[in-house]
Amino acid sequence: MTKPLIQLKNVTKNYGDVQALRGIDLTINEGEFFSLLGPSGCGKTTLLRTIAGFEDVSGGTVMISDKDMANVPANKRPTNMVFQSYAIFPHLSVAENVGFGLRKSQMSKVEKNAAVDQALSMVGLDGYGSRAAHALSGGQRQRVALARALILKPKVLLLDEPLSALDKKLREQMQAELRNLQRQVGITFILVTHDQEEALIMSDRIAVMFDGEIAQLADPQTLYRRPNSRQVADFIGVMNFLPATVTSVGDTVTAHVDGLGAVSLSGDQFAKDVQTGTAHVGIRPETMSILQESDTGGANVTAAVVEDRAYYGDMTYYDVRLDGGDHIITISMKNLVDRAVLERGEKTRVAWNARALVLFND
Amino acid sequence: MCILGFQKGTRLHLSLARNSRKIWVSGLGKRSVFKINNRDQLRGMALVSPTLIYAILLLAVPLAVIFLFSFWTQDYLTLDRSFTLKNYREAFSDPLYRTLLFRSLWVAGGVTVVTVVLAFPIAYFVSFHVTPKRKSLWLFLITIPFWTSYLIRVFLWKVILGYNGVLNSGLIGLGLVDEPLTFILYNANAVVITLAHAFAPFAILPIFVSLEKIDRSLIEAAQDLGESKYQTFRRVTLPLAVPGIVASCLIVFIPTIGDYVTPRLVGGPNGLMIANMIQVQFLKLNNAPLGATLAVLAMVSVTVIALVFIFLNRKYLRSRS
Amino acid sequence: MKSRGLMIYAVVYLLFLYAPVLLLPMFAFNDSTIIAFPLTGFTTDWFSELRNTPALHTAVKNSVFIAVISAVLATLLGICAARAATKFDFPAKRGVMGFIMLPLVLPEIIVAVSLLVVMVQVLNLPLTNWSVIAAHVLICTPFSIAILNGAFQNIDGALEEAAMDLGETRWSTFRLVTFPLVMPGIISSLLISFTISLDEFIIAFFMTGANPTMPVYIWGLLRFPSKLPAVMALGTILVVLSIALLILAEFFRRRGLRRAGLKDTGGFL
Ligand SMILES: Nc1ncnc2c1ncn2[C@@H]1O[C@H](COP(=O)(O)OP(=O)(O)OP(=O)(O)O)[C@@H](O)[C@H]1O
Ligand SMILES: [Mg+2]
Repeated sequence: MTKPLIQLKNVTKNYGDVQALRGIDLTINEGEFFSLLGPSGCGKTTLLRTIAGFEDVSGGTVMISDKDMANVPANKRPTNMVFQSYAIFPHLSVAENVGFGLRKSQMSKVEKNAAVDQALSMVGLDGYGSRAAHALSGGQRQRVALARALILKPKVLLLDEPLSALDKKLREQMQAELRNLQRQVGITFILVTHDQEEALIMSDRIAVMFDGEIAQLADPQTLYRRPNSRQVADFIGVMNFLPATVTSVGDTVTAHVDGLGAVSLSGDQFAKDVQTGTAHVGIRPETMSILQESDTGGANVTAAVVEDRAYYGDMTYYDVRLDGGDHIITISMKNLVDRAVLERGEKTRVAWNARALVLFND
Repeated sequence: MCILGFQKGTRLHLSLARNSRKIWVSGLGKRSVFKINNRDQLRGMALVSPTLIYAILLLAVPLAVIFLFSFWTQDYLTLDRSFTLKNYREAFSDPLYRTLLFRSLWVAGGVTVVTVVLAFPIAYFVSFHVTPKRKSLWLFLITIPFWTSYLIRVFLWKVILGYNGVLNSGLIGLGLVDEPLTFILYNANAVVITLAHAFAPFAILPIFVSLEKIDRSLIEAAQDLGESKYQTFRRVTLPLAVPGIVASCLIVFIPTIGDYVTPRLVGGPNGLMIANMIQVQFLKLNNAPLGATLAVLAMVSVTVIALVFIFLNRKYLRSRS
Repeated sequence: MKSRGLMIYAVVYLLFLYAPVLLLPMFAFNDSTIIAFPLTGFTTDWFSELRNTPALHTAVKNSVFIAVISAVLATLLGICAARAATKFDFPAKRGVMGFIMLPLVLPEIIVAVSLLVVMVQVLNLPLTNWSVIAAHVLICTPFSIAILNGAFQNIDGALEEAAMDLGETRWSTFRLVTFPLVMPGIISSLLISFTISLDEFIIAFFMTGANPTMPVYIWGLLRFPSKLPAVMALGTILVVLSIALLILAEFFRRRGLRRAGLKDTGGFL
């Protein structure tokens, strides 16, 4: 099942003085939905384009199906791309666009037409073949671009922020459709996005990039629950950070956390090279809860004061100051029927679970 | 801590409380195609080379030859290739050449001022007062006369401005003047009027382009800050249009020096310019070296004036910012 | 109020621009040999006179030949340079492009005399239609580049990448995608270069040998008052043709914009 399809070894790319990629090592498997996630300018597009063959690497190797791609131009690679602007040929009809890549194939005309029709129906555009390309809506252009790339049955489909030009509703719909389409065709998809939600929703695995390097490569749950650095934790969702002192290292790690007291961490909650000394501990807002008077709480309860709150209908976000420290952390609570929304200045108790903590070396 | 500034996610409630790290920068959407590398540099060079070589052979080389010629002498058909400054001495000492050169520069300057001053309101009008859909129609209207036979156009100005011309008969017919006006034909005035007509689109287009580039909200901002319409124009619109005005000035000034049709047809003896003399030297007197010298001098003066103009402008712009 | 004043000015200015063009047909159909008001009567004699002037026909044929060849060559050179400038970076790009565009601002007489000296005095070539063509290609190329730069720039680079991505080579990409999209620009470059060459006098006057071009022939006629009405008739025909060509060029330019899916930003050239 997990057969490697694309292998990058120490890939670097320089544009003059700018180092867009600084030694990328990456293996992407067959049939995988893979996302490249990172802030603007971190090199996602560059990485995608080196795989597509639009950029030569400055160093390292790109292999697809165990073949070195160094001297294989874009038009000879088993990859196809969905461009951010969709790049629909404006002088051709929808069907001509979709059939563009079949020009040199051995198929007969009838077969080609059938393939085009099939590709169009796969993306839900049956009967649109004779439309002029410029008479399409954003979502339709997106589908044409998908059909045009998939008709060639590439080993890899590359998508550079394919949904960023769509409005929110259509984007969410297309996210689901893309995911289903990928399952249906079984082709490896590599998606570039700077939207962490999109990456989490759609991907089997995600590579988070910062500044030309891969900071973490993991499945969505691991990435969210066990980020390997504060930078990644901060980029994916919200995380509270509290200063801590690591007191002992071993199979389990004990640390003293400001505001929470002594905690004991196990297994995947810390990096292998953890050392004693100062560190930070991260905890997600939704893993903590504000207790009501009737709640007994669990093992770990800390007194706190509500400093600020924002009411969102389904959720309330509290900023609370933990007792015995000047650390303010954010906690999100579902607004259940029998739960009162606390006001500023109210005293309360906060319950937390030690399994939710992640330790970051300083 | 700014809790009120945060956005809420839709499905996963991953909203960002203290960071607005969702950076929606459009990024490098339209980047230069394929890859920029040495191979592409070679491709670019290969692709531009036919045009470049053509321009070198038919422009750079001939200009160099002209320059060389200006240091030689010619006696009817025999060319003397020994280096001499004789032509330059002659060009500087003979008052005729000096007069012609100065008159050319003077007329070209006049044409430039008149053309650009007349053109600016039109460019302004089309850019600011014509609805966007009509703009290209107006530009089209402005460019059409420019594409009609140049010679015939100039000749018709002679007909319009002449003693019994359209303008004079019209003015007399209307009783505005008793006698035909004589200061409008066969002198430098006529040259200025005719060339102001000929170069109109060249002057209008660059100014129009620079006006189009002005962000309209700047003008609203200035008015919002309490400037009157006139003050807004003077303090915002005009300074931002300067690059276009400079371009128009140069694009009118430089070729004007080289015109010999207009001076010949409507200039009269006192309206002739240096280009007429260059033409005479080459085609009538067979004195190519002297003609070359005059051409070099004309080119050098034009270049110097253009550069000084650009320099002063840069300085003016810099001193403002 | 200010806009009303400007509007009036604009109309007056347009009158100034169109004055010669409007006079042209008046004199062309006027039955007096003197080019002056008042008009005396209607005639089409001057147009028949044109038909019976073989020298004019030769000149027109020469000019058309020169204009067609110049337009094609200038457009080919323009395609190369505009493509290179919009797509690639190469050393000294600004300098190179600036130099190629130089004839746009160079006084035409300078171009004329320098080419004349090289051809006649240095290379000792006879002056023929081809010497005019050589010069016209030089001055038309910058116009062609200006038009084609716009056309090439309007193409989203991703379109060409998409074609490559779908298996086309560089050349077939150009043929299947780039070329159809810049075609309108190419046509308008051809038309405009043709018009420029057809009307060019200053250089042609220096470079023509035994066979004058049409403007050179007209220049000769201007000295003979009796020929002037015929010149007016010829001018009228030329105006009509130029305008027709221009409208055609503008039509193709707009179609190009539409094809590239862009909005018209206005502006010729
Ligand atoms: N053609 C180029 N020439 C020079 N620098 C470039 C080029 N393309 C990209 N870069 C630089 O390389 C870095 C990475 O760019 P890249 O486009 O890969 O970022 P990205 O992660 O896709 O960003 P975004 O989310 O904004 O699309 C940036 O600093 C960018 O400025
Ligand atoms: Mg990108």
